[in-house]
Amino acid sequence: MASIEAEKQRGKYAALAIAAVVILLGIPLWWKTTETYRAWLPFSQISELDSLQLQLSVEIEVVFSRGTLSPELQSKVPLSQTREQENQVDGKTMLRYRYETKYRTATIMEEDALNQPSAEEADLSLHMLSESACGSVVVYIIPESSTLLPADMNVYVGKRRTALLRAAPFEGAAGLKEVLSSLEPQVKQVADTMSFSHQDILAALSDRIRIGQVSKERLADSMRAIKSSPGYEITFSLLNPDPKSHRLHWDIEGGVHSYIQPLLDKLSPLANFSVDSQILYYAVLGVNPRFDSSVSAYTLNADSLAHVINPVEARLGSNAASSNPVLNFLLYVPDAQHSPLFIRDHSKKEVTSNAFHSPRWGGIMVYNVNDMYKPEAEFPVDININMAKVMGVFLAQLRLMLGVQKTQPPPGFVLQSPGSAGLADWELDRLMWSRSVENVATASTTITSLAQLLDQIGNIVINDNIAQQVSSAVTSLQAAVAELEAGNLAFALQYSKEAILASERAFFDPSLLHLLYFPDDQKFAIYIPLFLPMCVPIMLSLLKIASEIRQRRAEKLAKKD
Amino acid sequence: MGLGQTLCACLKGLNVIALRKACAVLMVVLVQILRSHWSLRRLSLGGGAEDVEKPNDVTGPVSSSEPGQSESAAVSSGGPVAAPVSEADEPAEAAAGGAVSPPDQCDEELVLRPLRSGDIYASFQFRTQWDTDFLHHGKKVSHYRLFPKSLGQVLSKFSVRELHISFTQGYWRTMQWGQPFIPSPPGAELWVWFHNTVEDVDGNWKELVNVLSGIFCASLNFIDSTNTVQPSASFKPLGLGNVTDHRFLRYATLPREIVCTENLTPWKKLLPCGSKAGLAVLLKSEKLFHSSFHSQAVHIRPVCKDWQCTSTAWELRQTLNVVFDIYTSGQGKKEWSLFKMFSRTLTEACPLASSSKVYVDVTDNPEGELFDLSPVTPLLSTAVVLGDRRTYSVYDLTKKETFGQLRSLNLVLRWKGESGDMLRPLLHAERYVAGFGLQTGEIHTLIYNNHPYRAFPVLLLDSVPWYLRLYIHTLTVTSKTRENKPSYIHYQPSKDRLRPHLLEMLVQLPPHSVTEVTVQFERALLKWTEYTPDPNHGFYVGSSVISALVPSVVAMDTNSTQERPLFSSFFPTKEESSYFVRVYTEPLLVNLPTPDFSMPYNVICLTCTVVAVGYGSFYNLLTRTFQVEEPSQSLAKRLANVIRRIRGVPLL
Repeated sequence: MASIEAEKQRGKYAALAIAAVVILLGIPLWWKTTETYRAWLPFSQISELDSLQLQLSVEIEVVFSRGTLSPELQSKVPLSQTREQENQVDGKTMLRYRYETKYRTATIMEEDALNQPSAEEADLSLHMLSESACGSVVVYIIPESSTLLPADMNVYVGKRRTALLRAAPFEGAAGLKEVLSSLEPQVKQVADTMSFSHQDILAALSDRIRIGQVSKERLADSMRAIKSSPGYEITFSLLNPDPKSHRLHWDIEGGVHSYIQPLLDKLSPLANFSVDSQILYYAVLGVNPRFDSSVSAYTLNADSLAHVINPVEARLGSNAASSNPVLNFLLYVPDAQHSPLFIRDHSKKEVTSNAFHSPRWGGIMVYNVNDMYKPEAEFPVDININMAKVMGVFLAQLRLMLGVQKTQPPPGFVLQSPGSAGLADWELDRLMWSRSVENVATASTTITSLAQLLDQIGNIVINDNIAQQVSSAVTSLQAAVAELEAGNLAFALQYSKEAILASERAFFDPSLLHLLYFPDDQKFAIYIPLFLPMCVPIMLSLLKIASEIRQRRAEKLAKKD
Repeated sequence: MGLGQTLCACLKGLNVIALRKACAVLMVVLVQILRSHWSLRRLSLGGGAEDVEKPNDVTGPVSSSEPGQSESAAVSSGGPVAAPVSEADEPAEAAAGGAVSPPDQCDEELVLRPLRSGDIYASFQFRTQWDTDFLHHGKKVSHYRLFPKSLGQVLSKFSVRELHISFTQGYWRTMQWGQPFIPSPPGAELWVWFHNTVEDVDGNWKELVNVLSGIFCASLNFIDSTNTVQPSASFKPLGLGNVTDHRFLRYATLPREIVCTENLTPWKKLLPCGSKAGLAVLLKSEKLFHSSFHSQAVHIRPVCKDWQCTSTAWELRQTLNVVFDIYTSGQGKKEWSLFKMFSRTLTEACPLASSSKVYVDVTDNPEGELFDLSPVTPLLSTAVVLGDRRTYSVYDLTKKETFGQLRSLNLVLRWKGESGDMLRPLLHAERYVAGFGLQTGEIHTLIYNNHPYRAFPVLLLDSVPWYLRLYIHTLTVTSKTRENKPSYIHYQPSKDRLRPHLLEMLVQLPPHSVTEVTVQFERALLKWTEYTPDPNHGFYVGSSVISALVPSVVAMDTNSTQERPLFSSFFPTKEESSYFVRVYTEPLLVNLPTPDFSMPYNVICLTCTVVAVGYGSFYNLLTRTFQVEEPSQSLAKRLANVIRRIRGVPLL
C-alpha cells in the first residue's frame, strides 16, 4: 500500500513539475517569440512636452542720450530690470514673456552718432558702432528737443535692431524709478513692434489653440502664409496659351537675381529656398473670361478666380527633386483673341496690379501685351516682358506667403523702409520669433501624436532608427525651448528646425506601416489546436491536487477536533 | 517558317504562355525541317532594315532668325519694388533685334512605314535640344523653357549623364516587321549612366527610380537590387563622354509592367506643345492602345552642340512607336489614312518646333505599282537607315502648301497589288524555356544570322532573377551542330534575394546559321511572402538583349552600279558597311513551385494535433499511478462456480 501512496505522490510531483515548466519556460518563450520589436521611447518626456510651457526672453537695451536724464539720476544707471508677463492660453499651453531691460547712458561715440542730421544716418552710424544680437532690441532715448524725428512722431524704428524714442522731459519725476516706470509703456510698445506681440505668438500657435483667441486679422495673415518648413521651392511659370501669336521672352534669371534673391538671402537663416522657372505653352485658365463691351476688354470677376487655378495646376508639375512645399507664381499672358484681360475685385473695380494670390499656394498675374503690337505687326510677335513690373507684384505676394506681414505701426511710429535688402533686421527677428514658436508647437504636436499612436496600437514595430529620431526630436525640442528661455533666438530657431525635421522623419517613416496585422480570432484559431490539449490535463491535475490538499486539511481539522 | 509565324500571330491575342511556348517549340521544329529548304533558297535581303538614326537628310535649315532673349532692361538692384503695383513706365520693347540663336530648340517628326503584312508602323520622334550643362557644379540650372522642368531637375539632382527609359506594350515581331527604329523590350526598361563623380550610385539609382515612377506614373519602384544589373559591355553611352566604367551604369527591366493611358499622359506633358498642336495631336490614347504594338520612350543624353563639338548640349528625345494592324481590323482592306489610324488629321506644326515633318516610306513603291499615296508630295529623300537605302516622301508641316485647300493633311495610302514576301532581317533571336516538372528547366536562346556569307559577332546579355538558379557549367553555345566558344564571357552569379544573375558573352555567329545558347537552371522555393498575388500566373524573366554590328545590306548590294560610279564601289565604305542593332527576345514566363497557400494553417493544425496527442500520452505516463489489479476470474470459471454453489460443492 505504501508503494502505491509513493507512486501517487510521484505523479503529483510530476504534474506540478510540468506545470512549473510550462509556466516558467513555455509562456516566456511563447511571449518572447511572438512579440513585436518595440524600441524604448521617452514617453515621459513626450508627455511633458504635450503641455507646452514656453518662455520667451527678450533683451532690451535702453540707452539714455545726453539731455534726457538729470546728472544725479545718471549716476544711478546702469541698472537692469526684469519684467515678466504670464499668459495661460489654454489648459495645455502657457506662455511667459520675460523682458530683460538694461538701462545705461550713451557713450560718447553714440552721442556723436545721434547728432547726425537725420534719423536714417543716425541709425546707420549706430549700427556701425555695435552690432546687437539676434532677437534683441536697442532703444535710444533722445531728448524732446532733438530734430531727428518729425514733430508729431515719437518713435523711429530703423533698418536694424535699433529704435529712437523721443521722451518727454522727466520734470516732475524726481526718482529714477518714476522715470523708468513712465518710460515703460513706450518701451514695451517698441518691443512689441520689433520683436513679437502676444497676438503674433498666438497666431503662430493657431494649430494648437482654439481659433477664438486669435484676432481675425492675425489669423488671416497666418493662414495666408505657408506653413513653416525647413525649405521652400519657389517656381515662376510663364503661361503662354498662344505661342502662335506671341513669342514671349522674359529675363527671369535677371529678375530673380535683382528682386527675389536679396529677400531670400536675408531670409536664409529661416529656411532654404530654391528658385526655378519654366515656360508652359498652351496652358489656359480654367474659366472663360467675359467680354465687357463698356471697356472693350475681357474681365475675370473675383468670384470666378477660385476656378482658375486647378486646371493650370495639372500642367505645373510637382517638384521632382524635393518634397518641400512649393510656392507658385504664374504670369499669364492672355492669347491674342482674349486680350486685354482684367481682373475685377468684389466691388467690380479693376485691380490695378491685375494680379491675385491664393493663400499658401502662390500668386497669378495677368500681363496684357495687346498694346505692344506694332501697327503692321505680323504674328508671332516678339514680346519682351517688363520684369520690373512683374517682379514687383511677385515680390509683394512672396512676402505675404512667407509671412512677412506688413506691420501696422502704432500711432506716432516711423518705420524706416527696409531698402534694397527687402527686409529689416527686426522684421526678420519678428519672423524668427513666430517661426520658432510655430516650429516648436508643430514638432511637439507631431511627436505627441506619434507617441500616442504607438502607445495605442501595440502591433506596430518600433525600430531603433525611429526611436533615435524620436529622441533626437525630443532633445532638439527641449534645447529649442531652453534657448527661447535664454533669449538666443538664432539657436532656438535652429533647434526647432532640427526638431521638426526629426519628428517628421519619425512620423512618416515607412517602417511604421509595415504592420502585420493579425486579428485576434485568427490568432486563437492557430493557438487553440496546440494550447487546448496541452492545458486541459495540466489544469485538471492541478485542480485535483488542490482539492486533495483541501480535503486533507479538512481531515486534519476534523482530527484536531 | 511562315507557317510558324502565322501560327504565332494567331496566338498573339491569347496571353497563354503555354501556347506561346508550344509555338516557339513548333517553330524550332519547323526550323529543323526547313533548314534544307533554306539553303537552297537564294537569299535576297533588304526588307525592313532601318537605322537608329532618324532620316535626317532633308532636315530644313535650323531657323536661327528667332530673336533670342535680348538684354532685357537691366534692373538696377537699387530698390526692388515692394509695392504690389509699380508703374510700368517703360513699356517692354517688342521684338528686340539681334539674331541670337535660342539656347534650346525642338523638332518633331513622324515616320510611317507600310509593313508587308499590311500593318502600318508609325514612329514619332520629338527632340528637344538645350545648350546647357546640368552637371556643371556651382551653378544650378533652374530656368527652363522648352526642356521639361521635372526631367531637368532629375538630371541635376541625381547627376545623371544619360537616361533611357521605355514602356512597351506588346512584342516587336522582327520576323514580320523588320527592325524598329528604336528597339525596346516588352514592359519597362530603364538604363542610366551616372556621372563619374557620383559616390553612392546605388543610393542615387534607388531614389531616381522612385522619382521616375512618380513622373511616369509607372510601377518602376519595383526596381531594386534584385533586378538591377551592371552590364559590362552591352550598354555603352550613346551620347558624349568617354566614361565606360560600368560601375556608373545601372540597367533594369520590368517585363511585367503594363503600359496604358496613365503612362501616356505624363509622357505627353513633357512635350513643349503638349498634345495641343503639331504632330502630338495624333496621340489619342484610345487609338494608340488599340494596336498590336505600342512603345513610348524617353532618351536623354549629352550631344555635341555643333560640328566642332566645342560645347555640349542636352538632347531629350521622346519617341513613340506604334504598329496598327489595320489589315485585320479593317476587314481585310489594305488601306489606311491618318484619320483612320489616329482619328485626327494634321492641321499645323507645333509653333515652337524648328522643324516638323512627316515621312512616308515609299522604297518598295518607286513607280507606284504597289500602292497609291495621296496627297502626292514632290519632296523625296533617301537615307541609309539600318543598313538599307530607303526612299521617303516628305511632308513639311511648317509650309502652308502641305495642307492644301482643306487646311488639313490626311495622308491616304491604298494598296494596289499583293505585297511580296517580307524579307528576313539579318539578325533576329528568340528564346524559350524547355524542360518539364517544377524542379529544373533549361533556357534556350536562338540567334539567327541570316546573312548569306558574312559572320559577325554579337553581344548577348541575359539577366535572370535569382530564383532561377543557373547551372553555369551547363552553358553551351552551339552553331551548326558544332560548339561555338564565346570569346568573352562575363558572368556574375546571383545572390539570393540580393541580386540577379548577369551573363554577358560575345559570340561569333557563322554566316547563315542558327546559334543556340542553352543553360540549365533550378527553380528555387520562395518564402511565402515573396510570392506575387497571382503566383500561378508564373514569374517573368526579362528579355535577352542582343547587341551587334550587323553588316549592311547596302554594302552587300552587288548590282548598285547603275546608281553609283564604278570607282566608288569597289571597297565597301566604312560608315555604310555595318550598322548597330539591338534585338530583344521575348520575355519568359516561368512557373515556380507554388504551394497551396492555405497550407500553413493545415500544417499548424496537423502538427499541433500530433504534438498534443504525443504530449497527452507522455503526460499520462508521467502523472498517473498504475496499480496491479486483481485479475478477474474467467467467464468459464465463474459459470463453474455458480453451478458448484447450486450443487453445494466447494468453489474452485
